[in-house]
Amino acid sequence: MIDPSSAADIATAAEAGTRLGYPESVLEDLYVRMLRIRLFEEEIHYHMSRGRIHGTTHLYVGQEAVAAGAAANLSDRDYITSTHRCHGHAIAKGTDLGSLAAEMFGKRAGVCGGKGGSMHLADPARGNLGGTGIVGGGIPIAVGAALSIRRLRQDRVVVCFFGDGAMNEGAFHESANLASVWGLPVLFLCENNQYGVSTHVSRSTNLEDLSIRASGYGIPGRKVDGMDVLAVYEAVRDAIAYVKTRGPLLLVAQTYRFLGHSKSDANVYRTEEEIAAWRRRDPIPGFRDRLLAEGSFREDRLSDLEEEVRREVDAAFRYAQACEEPGPEDLLGDVYAD
Amino acid sequence: MRTDAGTGARRPREISYAQAVREALREELRRDSRVFLMGEDVGIYGGTFGVSAGLFEEFGSDRILDTPISEAVLAGAAAGAALTGTRPVVEIPFSDFLTLALDQIGNQAAKMRYMFGGAVRVPLVVRSPAGSGTGAGAQHSQSQEALFCHFPGLKVAVPSTPYDAKGLLKTAVRDDNPVVFLEQKLLYKVSGPVPEEEYLLPFGKADVKRAGSDLTIVTWGRMVGLCLEAAERLAAEGISAEVVDPRTLVPLDSGAIVSSVAKTGRLLIVHEAVRTGGFGGEIAAIVADSAAFPLLKAPIRRVAGFDIPIPYSPVLERNAVPTPERIEAAARDLVGRTATV
Ligand SMILES: Cc1ncc(C[n+]2csc(CCOP(=O)(O)OP(=O)(O)O)c2C)c(N)n1
Ligand SMILES: [Mg+2]
Repeated sequence: MIDPSSAADIATAAEAGTRLGYPESVLEDLYVRMLRIRLFEEEIHYHMSRGRIHGTTHLYVGQEAVAAGAAANLSDRDYITSTHRCHGHAIAKGTDLGSLAAEMFGKRAGVCGGKGGSMHLADPARGNLGGTGIVGGGIPIAVGAALSIRRLRQDRVVVCFFGDGAMNEGAFHESANLASVWGLPVLFLCENNQYGVSTHVSRSTNLEDLSIRASGYGIPGRKVDGMDVLAVYEAVRDAIAYVKTRGPLLLVAQTYRFLGHSKSDANVYRTEEEIAAWRRRDPIPGFRDRLLAEGSFREDRLSDLEEEVRREVDAAFRYAQACEEPGPEDLLGDVYAD
Repeated sequence: MRTDAGTGARRPREISYAQAVREALREELRRDSRVFLMGEDVGIYGGTFGVSAGLFEEFGSDRILDTPISEAVLAGAAAGAALTGTRPVVEIPFSDFLTLALDQIGNQAAKMRYMFGGAVRVPLVVRSPAGSGTGAGAQHSQSQEALFCHFPGLKVAVPSTPYDAKGLLKTAVRDDNPVVFLEQKLLYKVSGPVPEEEYLLPFGKADVKRAGSDLTIVTWGRMVGLCLEAAERLAAEGISAEVVDPRTLVPLDSGAIVSSVAKTGRLLIVHEAVRTGGFGGEIAAIVADSAAFPLLKAPIRRVAGFDIPIPYSPVLERNAVPTPERIEAAARDLVGRTATV
C-alpha cells in the first residue's frame, strides 16, 4: 500500500486559506467566470428539461471553480483540451456565450455550426481544441499540442482537462508517459468529481490520492481543493510555471458535480446527504462570502456584477433561440479541408 | 533520367518502393520545417522496415522522433500537433496495430473538422505497412483499408508502385486532412522507375496501369502487380484486360472506373483484404448504380482474400489471398461466360 501522504506538494484549501491578497480585477474575474458558467448551465438545464434542446448534456454545476481558476491563468494563445463535460471549460476559456448557446440549440450560428453539440464545443481561436465524446480521448491531443509548442518554440502551455474516470483509460497512461519522456509543456488537470457516471472513484481505483499516479511517470503530482477557486488559481499558476520550464505535471482537483451525470440520471447511486454536504461547499457562494468578509467587495458591487452576468446569459439564450437552423446546404460540408 | 554509360541512351532511374517512400519523406522534411516524423524506432534504427534509414542523420532528433510503444498517443498527439501548426507524419510498424490507435484516428482526427464546424484543419499522415506474405501470422499481415474508408474525414491511399508511393506520399504530407497511407510491405524491395525530378500525384485520380478492351480489373496495392502479370498471360490467350488502379480509395476516382467498365463491359475487382466488407463491394455497388450497368455483359466478379485471418503456414498463407491463378481463372470465366451466351 502506498502512503498517500508521500505525494509531493499538496496544496490544500487550508493552506490557500484566506489570503486574498490579489488585485480586485483578479478576484472579480474569477467570480464572473464561475458565475457565467453557473447561470449558463442553469439555463441549459431549464431548456433541456422542457425539451427545447435535444440530445443529452453533462452539466458542470459544482465544478466551476476548477475551470475558472485554471483558465484565469491562460491567454487565448494557450491551449486546452476538454471532455464530454465541456461547457464550463469553453466558457471559462472565453468563448462568447451566444455562440455556445446557439450550438446547444443546434443552430448554424453555433460555435461549431450546429454540428458539434454539447460534447464537442471547440473554439480554436481561443485555444480551445475541443471537447470529445470519448472518455480520455482528448488527452493525447493535448500532448500533440504541447509537441507543437515545443517544435515551434512558442511560449504557450496546454491544460488538459479530464475526469477521474478518464484516468483509467489507456490513453491517459500513454499520454502521461510520452509527455514526461519528452518533457512537454502540458498540465494534466484531473477533475476528480468522485464519480464516473455512477461509479465512485473508490470502486474504480485503489488509491485515496489519485495524484500519486504521477510518480509512475516520473512527474510531480499535486492536488488541490477544487471547490476553492483561489486555491485552484494558485495551484494552476504554480503548475504552469513548472510545466513551462520543466515538463508535465499532474494536478488533481477534488470536486463534485451537484447534478446528475447527464440528462437521464436519477442519482440512485449516492445519498441526498452526500450531495447536501458537498453543496455546503458550493464554490460560488463560498467565494462570494469570502469577498465580502475580506472587505474587497461591497454587496451592491457584487449584485451589480451578478445582474450583468444574468443579462449576458439571458441575451445569449434569446439570441440562440432566434438564430436560424442549419439547412440542407450545411449537411455535407466541413468533412474535408480543401 | 540517367544516361546509360555504354549506349548514351537515357533511361529512367529505378529505385525501390522503400527508397521512394524515403525520398518523399526527405524532400518534404527539407521543404517544410513544420513536417516531422515520429514512430517506434524510426530514428537511428531506421524504422521497422528500414524506410526511414538515414533521415535521423540528416534531420536529427528534433524532426525524427523515436517514441514509446504507444500507438494511441502517437496518433492522438499527431492530431493535436496537426491542429496547432505542425505537420506530423506517423509511422506505425504494422498496419494491424492501427487498431490500437483507432479511436484517435477514427473518432478524433477524422471527425474533428466536421464536429467543430470546419474551424480546424488536421494535416497528418499515418503511414503503415499492410499485407500478408511475410510469415508473420494473423496479427502482422492484414489488409485493413476498408476500415479506414468507413470514417468520413480520412483519406486513404494504397500505392502499388515506387512511382505512385513517392508522388502520393508527397501529396499526403501537403494535404490538410488526416491521411491513412497504407504502404505494401511486400513491395518495399521491389524497384521501379522514379524520376529524379520532383513530382506530385493527385489524390482521387486513378491510373490505368494497362489498357485493354475485354474486361476491366480494378485493383490496388500489391495486387496490381499480380493483376498485371495475369493480364500478360491472358493476353497470350487473346483476352485483353484493362487494369485500373484507383491509388486512393478516398477520394475515389469512380469516373475512371465507370468509364473503363462502360468500355469493356466486364468488371473484375481484386483485393488482398478479406472479401466480406471489403472495398470491392463498394466499387461493385458504384458500378451497379452507374451508367455502365446496362452495358455490363456479365455479372461483376470479385477475387479477394478469403474470410479468414492470415494463416502462418506458407502454403496456407499464399492461398489465403488472391493468387495469379485465381485472378486468371476469374477473368477467363468472366469473358468465357459471355462468349458462350
Ligand atoms: C470511451 C468511452 N467509454 C465510456 C463512455 C461513457 N461515459 C461517458 S461519460 C462517462 C464517465 C466519465 O467519468 P469521468 O472521466 O470521471 O468524467 P465525469 O463524467 O465525471 O466528468 C462514461 C463512462 C464514453 N463516452 N467513452
Ligand atoms: Mg468523474
